[in-house]
Amino acid sequence: MDADDESSNPMIDEIYANGGSAEGGGGEKRSRRLIISGDQFDIEAYASLYSGRTKIARLLFIADHCGGDNSAMQLEALRMAFDEIKKGENTQLFREVVNKIGGRLGPDYTMDVAWCEAVDRRAEQKKEKLDNELNAYRTNLIKESIRMGYNDFGDFYYAHGQLGEAFKSYVRTRDYCTTSKHIIHMCMSAILVSIEMGQFTHVASYVSKAEQTHEALDQITAAKLRCAAGLANLVSKKYKLAARKFLETAPELGSHYNEVIAPQDVATYGGLCALATFDRTELKASTLTMIMLLNDDCEISFVFLILILYLQAKVIDNINFRNFLELVPEVRELINDFYSSHYASCLEYLANLKANLLLDIHLHDHVETLYDQIRHKALIQYTLPFVSVDLQMMASAFKTTITGLEKELVALITDNQIQARVDSHNKILYARHADQRNATFQRVLETGRVFDRDVRSMLLRTNLIKYDYNARSLSRKL
Amino acid sequence: MDPLEALVAQIQGLSSTPGDIARLHIILKQADDSLRAESTRLSPVLGQLAPSEHSLGFLYVLDAFTSGQISKQQAETSVPIITGFINACNAEQIRLAPEKFVLVCKRLKDQVMMLEAPIRGAGPLLTAARKLQLSTEHLTPLHSDFLMLCVLAKCYKTGLSILEDDIFEVDQPRDLFLYCYYGGMICIGLKRFQKALDLLHNVVTAPMSTLNAIAVEAYKKYILVSLIHHGQLSTSLPKYASSVAQRSLKNFCQPYIELASSYGTEKIAELEAYVQTNTEKFENDNNLGLVKQVVLSMYKRNIQRLTQTYLTLSLQDIANTVQLNSPKEAEMHVLQMIQDGEIYATINQRDGMVRFLEDPEQYKTCEMIENIDSSIQRIMALSRKLSAMDEQISCDQLYLSKVGRERQRYDFDDFDVPTKFNI
Repeated sequence: MDADDESSNPMIDEIYANGGSAEGGGGEKRSRRLIISGDQFDIEAYASLYSGRTKIARLLFIADHCGGDNSAMQLEALRMAFDEIKKGENTQLFREVVNKIGGRLGPDYTMDVAWCEAVDRRAEQKKEKLDNELNAYRTNLIKESIRMGYNDFGDFYYAHGQLGEAFKSYVRTRDYCTTSKHIIHMCMSAILVSIEMGQFTHVASYVSKAEQTHEALDQITAAKLRCAAGLANLVSKKYKLAARKFLETAPELGSHYNEVIAPQDVATYGGLCALATFDRTELKASTLTMIMLLNDDCEISFVFLILILYLQAKVIDNINFRNFLELVPEVRELINDFYSSHYASCLEYLANLKANLLLDIHLHDHVETLYDQIRHKALIQYTLPFVSVDLQMMASAFKTTITGLEKELVALITDNQIQARVDSHNKILYARHADQRNATFQRVLETGRVFDRDVRSMLLRTNLIKYDYNARSLSRKL
Repeated sequence: MDPLEALVAQIQGLSSTPGDIARLHIILKQADDSLRAESTRLSPVLGQLAPSEHSLGFLYVLDAFTSGQISKQQAETSVPIITGFINACNAEQIRLAPEKFVLVCKRLKDQVMMLEAPIRGAGPLLTAARKLQLSTEHLTPLHSDFLMLCVLAKCYKTGLSILEDDIFEVDQPRDLFLYCYYGGMICIGLKRFQKALDLLHNVVTAPMSTLNAIAVEAYKKYILVSLIHHGQLSTSLPKYASSVAQRSLKNFCQPYIELASSYGTEKIAELEAYVQTNTEKFENDNNLGLVKQVVLSMYKRNIQRLTQTYLTLSLQDIANTVQLNSPKEAEMHVLQMIQDGEIYATINQRDGMVRFLEDPEQYKTCEMIENIDSSIQRIMALSRKLSAMDEQISCDQLYLSKVGRERQRYDFDDFDVPTKFNI
């Protein structure tokens, strides 16, 4: 491990003033990183990652949330949504989008009543036809046909935006499923509709149902199920579980689940959740091992790698997740920075990504929480190895003011996340380790006192009850 | 011969041996009514008897003498007589007639209250209580009267001496309630809040079939002391409290419970506002002083929390965090707390900084070791007592009969329950 020692000294200097040196002397380091700052959001590229209903939903979400002064983006999103909807058969959504556009995009993008009516008529006819077919099958009692019938109904309703009906139809196929393939198909359809409806409890239950089938699932289906489970966990704020699910997703997923989620999302969601909830060892085990390979100092990382290969068993998963992380280099850099204690740049990446993440339909509600958690972890991790920390340096490392930093630290100390005390006069943070011996003495004396008091009260109460009982039995005898 | 004179002669004659005293007791019981009839003529008789030797006789005569209405001037003369008797009397003799003794002492209490000098009764009642007790664990009715006089006379330290004893045997539950209630008040007066809490807790959780006013008042004070000492109030009474108390006690103490919840929000302004609006109610219960202490304790608690997060802090910052008006006030509070031993700190007036120190107690001194040792001994004694009581109950007839009927029957023989245990 000689190679490691050589590089550790410059690393220590960096840690002390990790904000400062990154700016000034760390020029060469920076050049290695290809920084694609995520500020200008490319809607076309984003939308091309998805297909089906989720594309429309995402575009509409972006249009709603991109902010008043960004009307160009809004109009672009609405235009793309319009085009997409026209390709399908959902007149309800069509009307919505036309309302939102409000005529701002010219005559091509206004209400096309003729098209709506044509689509509705076709829908009526199709529905009748499906109904008749289903009744026929039902009278014939052919299981397979009935199942296909209900499936077709489900697809029909889904295409027309009647999600509740679609869900019911899919679930009805359950009674007619004969092989595990059928069950899996049903589960996947149910999951898709539930995600669109936003009912993630159903998602979780159908995922577990699908995973319980006797046959082994093929890679892609397994990966899809993991993503769905991760999404369900994310929405219900179980970030740690979500991170685990996303990390277990196989890279073979590729773009097969584009009607729900893109592989970039897997990386982003998984990376952020992991950063917010995993502790250092877990983070290393699951995401970083292979990131080291991406650095130029191959020898060091090679040595690390061998060590870690011996120590940890999650190698396969690491390879998997690395493939995902390559798709979002910012998240990869972010995690790398966090682990190597370059907090200022890590937080900078986060800030850059924030605007775009707020436009993501699933992550929107959780960005703030996750960011807070990541920031707190950064603060805690910074103070962990030191006996005393100069708040001045720490404030510059985190690019914040001393008073602001002091407030944050006091909150963390009160929460018992940091074991330290603040010297407000000299602006230093001192680590403080509880004196176990004194604490033990205090606890012992307190326990003794409590026992003493309780037993005495108990004996007293017993006597009172005895007295009461005697008085009553006396009066009874009399 | 005058029956009275004959009685006096008998008292004087039969007061030497236990056998004689027993006979004397019977005679006195028979003569009780006639003594009462002659109450006016009894003061010279008292002069003839010596309280230390003829305690029993003196007691009966004294009882008859003090029965009936007594005016203030009469009280002036009779108080010293009773006091003298109590100090001089013989403990074994008076234990033969405990109710009479208690009655005489109660009259003493009434008389000193009438004379508005409760302190005159405190000392004698303490002696009386000690003499009447069968053991230090025994509670007599005199205990509560004595404590009441102490509270009225504000001589708390004498009261404390009797509170140090553990009570296990009680004659009347009502005595216990009053004893604990007044004891609690004395401890509050001496700022021994933990002991006050224990005593008041005993009242509140004592077995009772109906709610009584003493328990209600005790609960009110319990809430306040709990806030001062622990900073929080447990919302429900423990399981062993009587069901009556658990259900209805809260209904009578509504303003206090709201005060506790307001305290829980940790906003001083709200707490003070609440106290302002309800000042009358608190004053009617004579608890306003305690309530003010509750408000003060909130400042203290906030300052104590600061010691956990800061090593040094400026007085200005303390004033801001704890919502005091100025650094001067903050300094006064901190100074008071240091003097009371509630925090360990040093104030640097030049910089306006306070430096918080660790508790200097190292648990290495001889006193500490003695303290721990005595605690251990005490608890061992308590454990022995507990096992003794357990054995006693296991042999109790009533218990065995009840258990005998309901126990598991595994063996053929188990089905025969000895008849003498069937009630």
